[in-house]
Amino acid sequence: MAVVFKKSNMLTDVPFHYCPGCSHGIAHRLVAEALEEISAEGNVIGIAPVGCAVFAYNYFNCDMQQVAHGRAPAAATGAKRTHPEKIVFAYQGDGDLASIGTAEIIHAAARGENITVIFINNAIYGMTGGQMAPTTLIGQKSTTSQAGRNVALNGNPIRVCEMLATLDGPVYLERVALCDPQSVMKAKKATRKAFENQKSGKGFSLVEMLSTCPTNWGMTAVDSAAFVKNEMTKIFPLGVFKDI
Amino acid sequence: MKELMKGNEAIAEAAIRGGCRAFFGYPITPQNEIPEYMSVRMPAVGGCFIQAESEISAINMVYGAAATGVRTMTSSSSPGISLKQEGISYLCGAELPCVIVNMVRGGPGLGGIQPAQSDYFQTVKGGGHGDYKMLVYGPATVQEAVDLMYNAFDKADKYRLPVTILGDGMLGQIMEAVEMPEMKDLTKIPKKNWATDGTGVGENRRIINSLYIDPDVLESVNHRLFATYEMLKKDEILFEEYKLEDAEIIIVAYGTVARISKSAVEILRQRGIKAGLIRPITLFPFPSTVISTAAHKECVKCFLTVELSMGQMIEDVKLAVNGKKTTAFFGRVGGNVMLPEHIAEAAEQEVKKNGSCI
Amino acid sequence: MASITINTAQCKGCALCISACPKNIIAIGTESNRGGYFSAEVVQPSSCIGCARCAIMCPDCCITVMK
Repeated sequence: MAVVFKKSNMLTDVPFHYCPGCSHGIAHRLVAEALEEISAEGNVIGIAPVGCAVFAYNYFNCDMQQVAHGRAPAAATGAKRTHPEKIVFAYQGDGDLASIGTAEIIHAAARGENITVIFINNAIYGMTGGQMAPTTLIGQKSTTSQAGRNVALNGNPIRVCEMLATLDGPVYLERVALCDPQSVMKAKKATRKAFENQKSGKGFSLVEMLSTCPTNWGMTAVDSAAFVKNEMTKIFPLGVFKDI
Repeated sequence: MKELMKGNEAIAEAAIRGGCRAFFGYPITPQNEIPEYMSVRMPAVGGCFIQAESEISAINMVYGAAATGVRTMTSSSSPGISLKQEGISYLCGAELPCVIVNMVRGGPGLGGIQPAQSDYFQTVKGGGHGDYKMLVYGPATVQEAVDLMYNAFDKADKYRLPVTILGDGMLGQIMEAVEMPEMKDLTKIPKKNWATDGTGVGENRRIINSLYIDPDVLESVNHRLFATYEMLKKDEILFEEYKLEDAEIIIVAYGTVARISKSAVEILRQRGIKAGLIRPITLFPFPSTVISTAAHKECVKCFLTVELSMGQMIEDVKLAVNGKKTTAFFGRVGGNVMLPEHIAEAAEQEVKKNGSCI
Repeated sequence: MASITINTAQCKGCALCISACPKNIIAIGTESNRGGYFSAEVVQPSSCIGCARCAIMCPDCCITVMK
């Protein structure tokens, strides 16, 4: 019998600190496998955000920078523009990318930086204990929308892929989900494509991954996956929003 | 061979000659000629120029580039520098070398666009969060700004920290004859093994980071940073002394204001008042010793600190004088720049108050 | 024939593998590991078809699949 599935060597041996069932771990695996498949080992600079994935610099087996909240696309730009031959990726959560870092992601996309952005959308601030995020659903409870997100008070969720698709800079934008094996396999294809784009110099690629936050959603991991599948996809439809 | 150059452009060219190959900026008066100049010159030398979407983004582009080992810089003016404070704190926490130029303008708020020195505290004491310092230069002439900028990247690399060139609107906008140094040979720049240049795997992986959840580790990082700052104090202090030998009143001023003060010293001496000038060139590390030494001298009656602010460097002068002699202040703000005559009058009043040696 | 091994030391007992397995060969064990989690365990190894759905869903890369 041969091993048909094992942990990628683009991940270090450090166990993830993420909560049980948190799909950050799945996303990390997809990124690592994609990097391995485009044989990027020894040729990668990863940018970690502020948020649950702030410790990503412990997990990816490549040079890593931990950067100020929301500024990963800017740091990735600085790294990529000065090292165009390296694979540079920014790994961000929804607070990091769609709240404090909105300007950075929009302008990195508008400039068409040849980087890969992995955007984990779990509709909440995880690391800080469950506050409302720009992608929190209407009616969804959080520690800062305790009666459920209310449009009048808290505005509406932001659909990042659709927003960035209005720009000419990006070459590839897809929203995927990490809620069941089929969706994870689709997410893997998207991640691989996003890194292939960079390797072939095509330009700015972003994969938005609908993800779970069991702890702050107050659900089991399995129920959280179902919440992504049944509820989040209604507001954040899956699919390709740009592919040129 | 001397050339007539505008301050901003001379500083930009000096950065290129000093090895800078990545510039990230944003428009703000009175430093616009720096990004404008870089937008043409940087690509010409195979470097990277980006006008970022904000000063915040620009300083984080510097972070990303600096972390890979490239010589990189940003420039701005007061309000833009305020936006960069968090990024600067991160750069210091992650021990990343870079150069920051601040052509100071009147504040607070949107303030004005004329020259000022009201960012002294923010720059020298640290405007961001946490205990950190930068090597801060206060050039008085375009030539001095060129010379300091030329070597700023070597200093930044040596100590692994940001270097700030604290100018003002005047320094950026005036044109002066400048001798431009030769282009540095980038191949001779020592390799940065700590840099995340993308080649790291497994054991020799590099991590650029300023997050230390364990308080003991973060405490040791703080002490390591401050050990570096002690080395700056030991080896990097720069200042100019002018006619201190018999001075009874010493003017303390930096940057372009020090040039005006020098003229005031001449006016005072013609009126029989023995004035002298101490001109800090490094604002951090501050040249306290030369001031405290002068304060112990018998004939020195008082110190007059002159700034384009409501009084900021005066506090460091007071600390250095440590009560030995009286310390006075004269300043103009809002973008107004005093004339030598104004300084001379202020000095005369101080001398009268303190009784002169004559 | 196919089989999986679970790194029970790092497993956090999130049960995503259990819900993904088409043959229901995994269940939460009765012993807690060093992390204080009741890790997943293979309870019917013979029924494993090596589809790797469990490993695909595992957020902690604890499952290795052989075939």
